[in-house]
Amino acid sequence: MIRVVLPPHLRALARVDGEVGLEVHGPVTQRSVLDALEAAYPVLRGTIRDHATRRRRPFLRFFACEQDVSLAPPDEPLPEAVAKGAELFLVIGAIAGG
Amino acid sequence: MGGVRVLVGTRKGAFVLTSDGARKRWDVAGPHFAGWEVYHVKGSPADPNRLYASQTSGWFGQVVQRSNDGGRTWEPVGNQFAYDGVVGTHQWYDGTQHPWEFKRVWHLEPSPSDPDLVYAGVEDAALFRSRDGGLSWQELAGLRGVKGNLWQPGAGGMCAHTILLDRAAPRRVFVAISAAGAFRSDDAGETWRAINRGLESRYVLPDPDAEVGHCVHRIARHPSRPDVLFMQKHWDVLRSDDAGDSWHDVSGNLPSDFGFAIAVHAHEPDTVYVVPIQSDTEHYPPEGKLRVYRSRAGGNEWEALTAGLPQSHCYVNVLRGALATDALDPCGIYFGTTGGQVYASADAGDHWAPVVRDLPAVLSVEVQTLP
Repeated sequence: MIRVVLPPHLRALARVDGEVGLEVHGPVTQRSVLDALEAAYPVLRGTIRDHATRRRRPFLRFFACEQDVSLAPPDEPLPEAVAKGAELFLVIGAIAGG
Repeated sequence: MGGVRVLVGTRKGAFVLTSDGARKRWDVAGPHFAGWEVYHVKGSPADPNRLYASQTSGWFGQVVQRSNDGGRTWEPVGNQFAYDGVVGTHQWYDGTQHPWEFKRVWHLEPSPSDPDLVYAGVEDAALFRSRDGGLSWQELAGLRGVKGNLWQPGAGGMCAHTILLDRAAPRRVFVAISAAGAFRSDDAGETWRAINRGLESRYVLPDPDAEVGHCVHRIARHPSRPDVLFMQKHWDVLRSDDAGDSWHDVSGNLPSDFGFAIAVHAHEPDTVYVVPIQSDTEHYPPEGKLRVYRSRAGGNEWEALTAGLPQSHCYVNVLRGALATDALDPCGIYFGTTGGQVYASADAGDHWAPVVRDLPAVLSVEVQTLP
């Protein structure tokens, strides 16, 4: 079970509390985790990745095992601890604005 | 006696203000979608309990919300706005061509007759239509075919911010875009023509009388006279008597002809309201006095409406979507400010009182007149 933590606005939009548990078949990557997340919560489509480009929206970041993996290739495997559910995959709203 | 429901979009959520026909005591509900920018909330004329809201965020993009119970509960619907075919380019600030990129929905206009038919005006400027209550959206791409390569963003972005539908002529649609101009379709949005003859944008466009490129801020109309349009342009208040084929200036004695919002009285087609703003560099009312101006002559002759409005040290703005009227008698007038006030007048503008004073900056105000 992959454990994902969403920023508060997206938790409200998806109507979930706390972390989200996802089953991912095959390699555990940013793309496969986000595909599984959007399949489970279609309302999140377009809010984390742009509809047209499928790229991460500019003011969101992805963290795993205390590392910023936002710029890693989307098909690169996430750390094994995330794949095993020992560590979280975090979607974080970047600090922006004033 | 009927009532009213005022739908307020703000920088930090949506609010629903309700009152009976006296419009003296108000119930305030919200914020809905707290923390998100809500550009517009509008109800279906065919089903007053069906509302649509544009919820948007620099972080999370666009969400469209729908309510079937007058705004008590909401459900997200479709948020995919894909430009039709080859995306194309428009003019950028430096004169180069720049690809169209969807940013947000500025305006949602439900059909007068079908609660599931709704139009969306978006930034970068385009018109979309949903026939399934907002679940899916299709672009009416003919609009961008009207010299879209010459359209350009204003300071607020390149946005389709006004959509006017006509119950009596369902194939006619008007759209206004900053900074492109006004456009009309007579075949339900398939083909379009620019309707900007008479608009003059000196020092803004290389050709001040250009067919497109004008920064139209808002257009308004009375349903009983569908060919008479009123426009607040960036500068100038204008009128058309031929469905936009030609325009003439009716700014008359206004203290400034710059502004954003314009509206027409519900029962008097020649009574028009604007909120003059000092200039495009100051964006606050002239002399720090918040004044709505009313013309009962269809323009040119304007009177200041000030009773109950701050007449000193007032430096708020009233944005293009933030002035609306109800259909009660006497007609109610409402507007919201960037200072978070929503003012209401239950006597066509003669007297004003704040409904709320401390909301987030108000982006839009719409009114539903309830049975």
